[in-house]
Amino acid sequence: MKKGKLLVLPGMMWLAIFFALPMLIVVAVSFATRNSYGQVIFNFTLANYQRFFESLYLRIFITTIFTAIFTTVITFLMGYPLAYTIAFLPKKWQQPCLIMVMIPFWINFLIRSYAWVIILRSQGIINTFLMKAGLIVKPLALLYNDYAVMLGMIYALVPFMVLPIYVSIEQLDKRLLEAASDLGAPPMTAFRKITFPLTVPGIAAGSILVFISSLGMFVVPDIMGGAKSALIGNIIQNQFLAARDWPFGSALSIVLGVLALILIMLYYKVLEGQKGGTNNEKELA
Amino acid sequence: MEEMVRLEHITKKFGNNIIIPDFNITIYDGEFITLLGPSGCGKTTLLRMIAGLETPTSGKIFLADQDVTSLAPYKRDVNMVFQNYALFPHMNVEDNIRFGLTMKKVPKEEQETRINQVLYLTQLETFRTRSPLQMSGGQQQRVAIARALVNNPKVLLLDEPLGALDYKLRKKMQLELKNLQRGLGLTFIYVTHDQEEALTMSDRVVVMHNGVLEQDASPDVIYHAPKSKFVASFIGENNFFDLDGNKALAIRPQKIQLCKEEDETSAGNNKVKYGTIVDVVFCGTIDKIYVRMDNSNDTVVAYQYLNDTIPWKCDTRVGVWWEKKDEVIVEK
Repeated sequence: MKKGKLLVLPGMMWLAIFFALPMLIVVAVSFATRNSYGQVIFNFTLANYQRFFESLYLRIFITTIFTAIFTTVITFLMGYPLAYTIAFLPKKWQQPCLIMVMIPFWINFLIRSYAWVIILRSQGIINTFLMKAGLIVKPLALLYNDYAVMLGMIYALVPFMVLPIYVSIEQLDKRLLEAASDLGAPPMTAFRKITFPLTVPGIAAGSILVFISSLGMFVVPDIMGGAKSALIGNIIQNQFLAARDWPFGSALSIVLGVLALILIMLYYKVLEGQKGGTNNEKELA
Repeated sequence: MEEMVRLEHITKKFGNNIIIPDFNITIYDGEFITLLGPSGCGKTTLLRMIAGLETPTSGKIFLADQDVTSLAPYKRDVNMVFQNYALFPHMNVEDNIRFGLTMKKVPKEEQETRINQVLYLTQLETFRTRSPLQMSGGQQQRVAIARALVNNPKVLLLDEPLGALDYKLRKKMQLELKNLQRGLGLTFIYVTHDQEEALTMSDRVVVMHNGVLEQDASPDVIYHAPKSKFVASFIGENNFFDLDGNKALAIRPQKIQLCKEEDETSAGNNKVKYGTIVDVVFCGTIDKIYVRMDNSNDTVVAYQYLNDTIPWKCDTRVGVWWEKKDEVIVEK
């Protein structure tokens, strides 16, 4: 037993040094100030958090949340049917399809984002094609706006929605659907009453992954967004790299982190609700 | 008796595998009929075809004289109790049972009456709001039966419904199910590989083997007058002695008598064969005595009740005999 506990030690040390400690530093820095050279000075202040409530940052934060919600909803609307289709394919086709969903992960995210630039820019593939075809005379402004940012985020995050949903549909006991059909439920009703409610944990997991990822996203708005489409991720990146205001950057990070934590707790609530069913009695017979 | 289910020339292929070559049967109203056979004999496939969960490759299925061959399962007036119950885990007992009634748009008041009825029948009144995940196998089993019964189906299909229960509970549920069926006068089509279950519960047993109907008769006839060697060996234990041509002699172990080699007076006029005891197995109410016969490699098994006079030992020479009336001739 003692030896078994020792085995945990390297992992625990790793987490302590490379996760817990930096986290604490970020928390500490978020309450600090900086001097004019960008150096962090530890004197306790809430000013960084107060600054977050300035209308400029608050607006960006709200935009970020709406972008994240929109991204989550669209990836869900695209991801669920895709995951459902894959999960009901014959077994031998499921693996190849999942690999196709995952292949983009094998290529650097930056490169993939630039690929979108090549497709969407004024002299890009789409505009060139449409102009050659004589459908338009002036190139369409496909890039450097909020829509391009959304497109890039949705593209990047669809797999995060598909995979958890696929797992939950794949794990669904298909005999439940047979039972529903046997009891008189047409396919759509069986989906509504059985499949969907039982895959809610997968939807929740996918949504959390996509939502949190899109909250912190800065590469896509950087590359595909216009001058005005900064998200909170870009602001944080800016505070650390350009503005050299680490305390404010840390405070923004903490706000994002807490939001993510609240969402994850909500997710576990959903999961628990699923397990309990609709019953109130918890004790066993 | 009114006809309830009729299968006409049903065949089923999965890919190139012929599961059921040509199956015909008529099942009557109020019958408790069991499809019995080893796993892979096609009995579950047949049941699923009646439910509509599987489509026959060719042939026709009639339900109360209506051709339902191409009717979707949710439009058929039959209900199934699944092998692993298939209860909806996100609904409590009451909502599981209500599901079918809601689908059929039964008025709210009637729903309540019918739910109360089946809860009473299955002794589940106190479990109404319980989640199936928090119930034992036997209780889940009863929910599955209640959920099917509440729809007043013409036919109840049961796919090895007791397979997951332990021995004692299985025995108890067998009786409960049989009483339920008798009380309601419903048609039960029951699938099992457990021959004892088939014999104790059914009005009629259909023995299947490789998708073919081997014998269709009452439990009594199936046991005492098996038509084929397969039926004779699948149902209970049996001893076979080859006869000329395509026939064999089958004698039940409890009909086999043993006597000492030197004293065969008990055998009377019956022919005595000889052999050596190779094993004695204690089984509670009986001892199973295995005898290797001389002049062949056949082993004969005989049941001896505890109060039989001679305590048989391994490696003893014995005489084996039986009465002419206990001989059953079967096809090989």
